[in-house]
Amino acid sequence: MKPRNIVFIVAYAIALTGISLWMGQLSYSWFPPQASAESLLIDKLFAFLVTLGTFIFLGITGVMIYSVVFQRATKYDFSDGPHIEGNVTLEVVWTAIPILLVFWLAGYSYYIYDQMAIRGPMEMMHLSMGHGDTTTAVEEQPTEEIEVISKQWAWVFRYPKSNVTSTELHLPANHRIKLALTSEDVLHGLYIPAFRVKQDIVPNETIDFEFTPIKEGTYRLRDSQFSGTYFATMQTNVVVESPEDYQTWLAEAKKRKPSPAYNQAAAEYSEHTQRTFKTGWPTVIPADPPVVNYSKNESPLSPL
Amino acid sequence: MTDSQVKTTNIITESYQDLSARNWKRYFSFSTDHKVIGIQYLVTSFIFFLIGGIFAMVIRGELITPEADLVDRTFYNGMFTMHGTIMLFLWTFPSLVGLANYLVPIMIGAKDMAFPRLNAAAFWMVPIVGTLMMASFFVPSGSAQSGWWSYPPVSLQNPTGQLITGQFLWILAVAISGVSSIMGAVNIVTTVVKMRAPGMTFFRMPIFVWAVFSAQIIQLFGLPALTAGAVMLLFDLTVGTSFFDPSQGGNPILFQHFFWFYSHPAVYVIILPIFGIFSEIFPVYSRKPLFGYKIVAISSLLIAAVSGLVWVHHMYASGTPGWMRMLFMLSTMCVSVPTGIKVFAWVATIWGGKLRLNTAMLFAMGALIMFIFAGVTGIMLSAVPVDIHVNNTYFVVGHFHYVLYGTVTMGMYAAIYHWFPKMTGRMYYESWGQVHFWLAFIGTNLNFLPMHPLGLQGMLRRVASYDPEYTFWNVLASLGAFLLGMSTLPFIVNMVSSWIQGPIAPSNPWRAIGLEWLIASPPPVENFEDTPIIVSEPYSYGKSDPLVSNLEGVLGHHE
Repeated sequence: MKPRNIVFIVAYAIALTGISLWMGQLSYSWFPPQASAESLLIDKLFAFLVTLGTFIFLGITGVMIYSVVFQRATKYDFSDGPHIEGNVTLEVVWTAIPILLVFWLAGYSYYIYDQMAIRGPMEMMHLSMGHGDTTTAVEEQPTEEIEVISKQWAWVFRYPKSNVTSTELHLPANHRIKLALTSEDVLHGLYIPAFRVKQDIVPNETIDFEFTPIKEGTYRLRDSQFSGTYFATMQTNVVVESPEDYQTWLAEAKKRKPSPAYNQAAAEYSEHTQRTFKTGWPTVIPADPPVVNYSKNESPLSPL
Repeated sequence: MTDSQVKTTNIITESYQDLSARNWKRYFSFSTDHKVIGIQYLVTSFIFFLIGGIFAMVIRGELITPEADLVDRTFYNGMFTMHGTIMLFLWTFPSLVGLANYLVPIMIGAKDMAFPRLNAAAFWMVPIVGTLMMASFFVPSGSAQSGWWSYPPVSLQNPTGQLITGQFLWILAVAISGVSSIMGAVNIVTTVVKMRAPGMTFFRMPIFVWAVFSAQIIQLFGLPALTAGAVMLLFDLTVGTSFFDPSQGGNPILFQHFFWFYSHPAVYVIILPIFGIFSEIFPVYSRKPLFGYKIVAISSLLIAAVSGLVWVHHMYASGTPGWMRMLFMLSTMCVSVPTGIKVFAWVATIWGGKLRLNTAMLFAMGALIMFIFAGVTGIMLSAVPVDIHVNNTYFVVGHFHYVLYGTVTMGMYAAIYHWFPKMTGRMYYESWGQVHFWLAFIGTNLNFLPMHPLGLQGMLRRVASYDPEYTFWNVLASLGAFLLGMSTLPFIVNMVSSWIQGPIAPSNPWRAIGLEWLIASPPPVENFEDTPIIVSEPYSYGKSDPLVSNLEGVLGHHE
């Protein structure tokens, strides 16, 4: 290879590395706020994948674009290119590199997953998962187990120790949270984008799920598994507050008398809102609006 | 003009008149000619592609504003369910089977498929499947609304209480489509194994044949699982069995295993022939042999083998224990090894060549660039922690549309432009092809790129309404979708007008090497007069080796 080409390739690789590292850093801004300990880990892994992915994508497409620009046949050139069928060394190298990369990526992802230590179903079948060292979590043991009841199309949260029910999920910041997920009808999925956590909820099963919120604020909780006609309306707020505020909220909610909460699916079903095009196809009737101590009248389309 | 050139010209004219005499009517008949069946598949599936595309326009029309204000929610759910189903079962599968039907026998030197009547029967099930699907819009329950996955228990909910519902027709159609595809797979695998011409060893087969062969092997082990799952779901829905119904003790997760055991490998069934198309097109328009032919051929079989071990990556967030998540993360990432080998081989083929950027090449290169992008996001999705955040969000929708539109549909366009002169005996209009490419390329990226930030921010798939914070990217995506919809117009105009009155095509307009380019355009009924005897490797650009030893006999002018 000519020295000039080597210099060119090295310069190109350095430029690519720079761009890739920059993209990796930029990727943190593509996410919602980092509101849980898990989100820090996932964003870190994602940034790493973006860095590597950018390098691979630009590396390969760069070569293609170079060919398109500089290696075109002229109008009257009907000759063939060089008859090159292969190159064993090159083929071995580019088989070995992806294999090594795959094991590296899988190993790193495993490491991150182990640190997250989120619980899922069938805990007894875990080998070594779930005993990771969650350095960012403030405590190992969850404070209170909150029951999550999902149905077509509403979320109900029950705090058994204080006997409070709510359509809004309130959580103390910097405490390990344990949820017990149940469904009354079909598959649902608990998903809080700001926490980067998601778990499907299977009827007839109680699925334990753990994570640690670390940032106070109000976030969206959505149903991640398609659950029928009013699927899109099955969202609610998650309020992360200081442990003191959380206790105040629990005490205050406990005093309230249970009453039916606003439910978008039920409201739409009874109102038949105006649409440009209506088929009138039958739908599963929404479950009765949940009767809870605490609810917040809200339109599901309200911003955060 | 030399003597042999005169003869070739005569053959072309005769062959063309021969076919035009019986004109278009044979495409509506129960023909057993693999080429007629191939065209029947291609045209039928393209009609369904347009219907599926119109449904996509309704979806993007609804999502251009945060509120659910264009159509009612039930209709919206029907739209995305039918869009997904039509695009998979009535566009990508049949169109690629059609292409394989047309090309594989010619490429291996056979006169027809191994079982011509089975072939025709498999095709005629496609319009039946399509009719059943469309009929679901006219039953009182409306079309199926539970997504193309049709996960129970949502797919088992039947608010009308009637037996014949959209969901019922949908499951029936999917099961029949499975049967049709199994018939096609048996036929293609048998043809490749048993019908190769003398001298056409496995390592002399074009990569397209290798790719189709590998893909159809996946069909043979995967489709029975999906079909069984569909039949069990049908029983649950109609006669009250409880395989999957949790209210009667069934297990809905079991359905997910049945479904994904086939439906992930199905992605490779679709993408492998596209890899084959890339491998045919890059050498021709770069004037170079396919780099690393053998390793590219073997990597197709490797992809087929690994594909059987990846299905659980769709179920990371379902009911999957951690050890299984880790195992399937590794197996899923392993797919990138044989795929990476292919990508490097294509880039090395292009490198240092003498490139000609006509429409087929543009589509192939555009598709490859979008495939590399999809590959990068695919690796992100296979990493369990990232997947926990983004699965079921628009990040996934963006990723698989880069695969299914960016790569598969664009690759299909490349194939249609490349083999159009062979199939019709006419040339297409190059400038219209270029217009089509640029509209489609820009439209695809404008449509599907914004879906990635949407998914990262937490917008879920299958929602009819969304929080206003997602509006910006959705408007962009919808505009891209409408542009993409428009991009098919120059294609249709070009294809129809070229087929009717385009310039007569020579037998080998691209100076390509391959059996199909030796014979007339369009090929005569039994392809070859004498069975060709193959004497050299495929893709011998830069060399002047003859491909067959009995060219005169193959073309039918015996001295």
